[in-house]
This record gives sequence, structure tokens and C-alpha cells, in this order.
Amino acid sequence: MRHFLATLGWRTRQWLADIGHATVLFVRLVMLGPACLRRFGLVRDHMHFLGNYSLAIIAVSGLFVGFVLALQGYNTLQRFGSASALGMLVALSLVRELGPVVSALLFTGRAGTSLTAEIGLMKAGEQLSAMEMMAIDPVQRILAPRFWAGVLVMPILGAIFSAVGIIGGWLVGVVMIGVDPGSFWGQMRDGVDVWSDVGNGFIKTLVFGVTVSFIALRQGYEAQPTPDGVARGTTRTVVMASLTVLALDFVLTALMFKL
Amino acid sequence: MIDSSSSLIELRDVHFGYGDRLVLEGVSLQIPHGKVTALMGASGGGKTTVLRLIGGQYRAQAGSVLFEGQDIGQLDKQGLYQARRRMGMLFQFGALFTDISVFDNVAFPLREHLKLSEPMVRDIVLMKLEAVGLRGARDLLPSEISGGMARRVALARAMALDPELMMYDEPFAGLDPISLGTAARLIRQLNNALGLTSIIVSHDLEETFHIADKVVILANGRIAAQGTPDEVRQSTDPLVHQFVSAEPEGPVRFHYPAASAAQDFGLVQKGRV
Repeated sequence: MRHFLATLGWRTRQWLADIGHATVLFVRLVMLGPACLRRFGLVRDHMHFLGNYSLAIIAVSGLFVGFVLALQGYNTLQRFGSASALGMLVALSLVRELGPVVSALLFTGRAGTSLTAEIGLMKAGEQLSAMEMMAIDPVQRILAPRFWAGVLVMPILGAIFSAVGIIGGWLVGVVMIGVDPGSFWGQMRDGVDVWSDVGNGFIKTLVFGVTVSFIALRQGYEAQPTPDGVARGTTRTVVMASLTVLALDFVLTALMFKL
Repeated sequence: MIDSSSSLIELRDVHFGYGDRLVLEGVSLQIPHGKVTALMGASGGGKTTVLRLIGGQYRAQAGSVLFEGQDIGQLDKQGLYQARRRMGMLFQFGALFTDISVFDNVAFPLREHLKLSEPMVRDIVLMKLEAVGLRGARDLLPSEISGGMARRVALARAMALDPELMMYDEPFAGLDPISLGTAARLIRQLNNALGLTSIIVSHDLEETFHIADKVVILANGRIAAQGTPDEVRQSTDPLVHQFVSAEPEGPVRFHYPAASAAQDFGLVQKGRV
């Protein structure tokens, strides 16, 4: 019994310390925003790197998600004789939910893992230590530009996903099935609000960008500097970031669209 | 004996351990100004730990580490970074940034700390690379050069900001005899030409004794001997004798602390002894 209590206490302390460390790192990364803006070249390079990395997979996935949405949406809508609302259905699904969530999940798999592995291997190769000994703060020089690049690039990727998805929906709905293009685009224009739909979707991508980038960088920074440690860190990035994105999406949706 | 009044670094009764394992148990030593000091001893004896304590990457659990009279362990981040700008450290495997070229590696600290024009950065980098004989390798990536070359590039990088103190972590490990001799001469020459203070962590007896002014032997968490290479060589201390004459058995333990062999192999039954 006492052993159990001791373990429980120890675990709780570890857990609290972990949360504390994460919070300190997060606050530091956020506070380093202005410093990153002053050296925007670093952020720009990583935006280019992370964005390019994920662009192909985001665009292709967006296209297929759009295809499937149009097929399934048409199937359901035409039962109620409202196939003309297909454009609105596709656009709302993408802009509100699928664009932000799926692109965040893909970004985790494509860019988040590479961030974790890169930082973890830099640590294993003593590169971060060497930088500290040169009186250069690795959090400021290495982590912060990547963090802000991830935060800034995520909304762009989300927007591309939604845009390509809508084109995919148009291809299947209008070109293939033959829904009236006028009602497809018209209903979409009437049914999608710039602020409450596109704006909230944008906020979601921004939040997910913060979440994924932070989790990926922290897992790399805290990884044990061994091959095994980096492997574990990369796995944890995918698991933690994906679950956090999905959970946050529920919370954000509940707050934004007050069902 | 070496004059102790002009020491750049002083360790006073330093204790340090990882978890439950104590690595340094009351180490006091002085690193004299302008000299090459060698820290020697068996692997895992806390030599690298001493470098990390001087660089402020670890903090002593008891005792103090003084850099020109300043306690490194008590400095805030800014003070520590200021102290580190006067130090250069050569890591065991170089720790070069693998995604940028040799040139950019050496230029890195210059570009981060000094607002110099690119032509000036170029001149300084080429001078530093010339000093280690690698001016011609400037456009190669760290993955394209050998281990010995990588260490020389790292040396050029560590010297980029003209430090007063150079710390070398195992500079000779894994080098062929030619590179080893070159590296040792280079360390000595740099120390004399630039008026540096150097600390070498090494277990290569011959080369290190050849270039060092002072030798400190660490064993079992304490200082076993210190003095000039000749003094250490003539020491009658059994620990030092074991190390200098490379004997497998002696006061330095070959076996990591363990339960008795009889117990581990199940020769002793519980309760019978």
C-alpha cells in the first residue's frame, strides 16, 4: 500500500514537473515572437521548408477528400431533392472542419515528425550543446524560428486544402455527375459566411499550427539523445499531436458554432 | 611547481553526480593562465564533467567553479553567456552543424555575435580554416569530410571568436597516428601563438604528456596526482603508477560496483551465508 502511494506521488510529481517545463518552453517560444520577426529570414526559410514539404500531400489529399465529399453528399442530398445544395455542403464541410483538421493531421505526419527527428538528432550529435557553448541560445536560434514558421504556414496549408477540396467537389459534382453549376456556386456563395465559417476555420488552423509545432519541437528537444530516444519522440509527436488536434477541434467547434 | 597565483580557473571542493552515482567527490584544482593543462584518467572518471562544469552546462552540487574569480554556478543566463563568449570548446566528435557547409559552420558564431560585413566574415573564416589547414575544404559539407577533418573544422569554429580559454574534449580519440601528431602540435602551437589557456581531456598518454605543461590525473572521483608531466611520471602513488604504466589491476577499479560474483551466479543460497 505504501509502495503504491509512493509510486503515485512520484508519478504525480513527474507529471506536474513535465507540465511546468512544457509551459515554460511554450511561454518562451511565444515571447520570442518579436525576436523572430526581427530576423524574419530564418522564419521564412523554415516556412518554405515546412510548407514545401507538406504541399504535395496536402493538395492531393484535399482533392480526394473533395471527390468523396461530393459523391457522398450528392447521394444523400438527392434523396431529399436538394442536390443543388451540394456546393454549400462541400464548402462548409471543408472550410469548417475537414480543411483545418485533416491538414493538421497531415502536417503532423509530414512536417511534425521531421521537426522532432531533426531537433532530436541535433541534440544527439551535441549540436545543441555546441551552440550553447558558443553562447547562442538554441531555443532562440533553432526552436523559435521553426515554431513560428509552423504557426504561420499552417493556415496557408489549411486554405490550400479547402480550396483544392472545393475544386475536387466541383469536378465530381458538376463535371461528372452533372449538378447545375449555377446552383453549385450560388448556394455556396450564399451559405458560406466569411467571418463565421472561413474566419473560424482560419482560427482553427492557427490553433492547430501552434499545437502541432509546439508538440513536435518539444518532443525533439526533450528526447533522449539516442536512436531509441529520437524514435520514441517521433512516435509520441504523431500520437500526441493527432489526439490533441482532434480533441481541440471538438472544443473549438463547440465554442464557435454554438450548436 | 607551477605558480598557482595566476590561475584562470579554479575548482574548489567540487562535488557532482548523475542521479545516485557520484562522479566528482571533492575535486579542487587550478588551471594556470597561458598553459596547456591536461585532465587525464580512466573513462567515466569525470573528466568531461569537469569541462561541462567550467562551461556552465552543469552546476556543481557542492563547491564552486571559478572563472577569473567569478563563480560560474552562480551566474544568471546573461552572465553565463558572456563568460562563454570567452571560451571555446571542441567536442569529441566535432558537433558540426550537419546541414551547412564547412565555411558556414565556422562563420556561424561570427554571424550570430558580431555585426560584420560578409567580406570580413569571409576573411576571418578563411584565416581560421587556414590555421587548421582546411581552407580548401570550405565548400564541403560535414558529411563529406573525415572524422579528423571534422574535428579540425570544429577547432576553427571554436576559435572563431578568439576565445581566451580553449577546452578540448578527447581531441585525439579515434585519430590515425599522423592526424594525432598534427592535432597535438596544432593545440600546442595555437596555445603559444594566441596566448590561450588550454584544457585537454584525454587518455592518450604519450601525446598528452608531450604537449602539456600541467597534468591532472582524476581517479575514482578525486585527484590522484597533479604537476608537470615529469613529476606525475615519477609519482609513487599506486593509482598514478597504475595509470601511467597502463596496468589493468590496481587501485582504479576495473569492475563496476556489483554484488559478489558468488551471489550473482547463484552459488550462494539465500539465508545460508
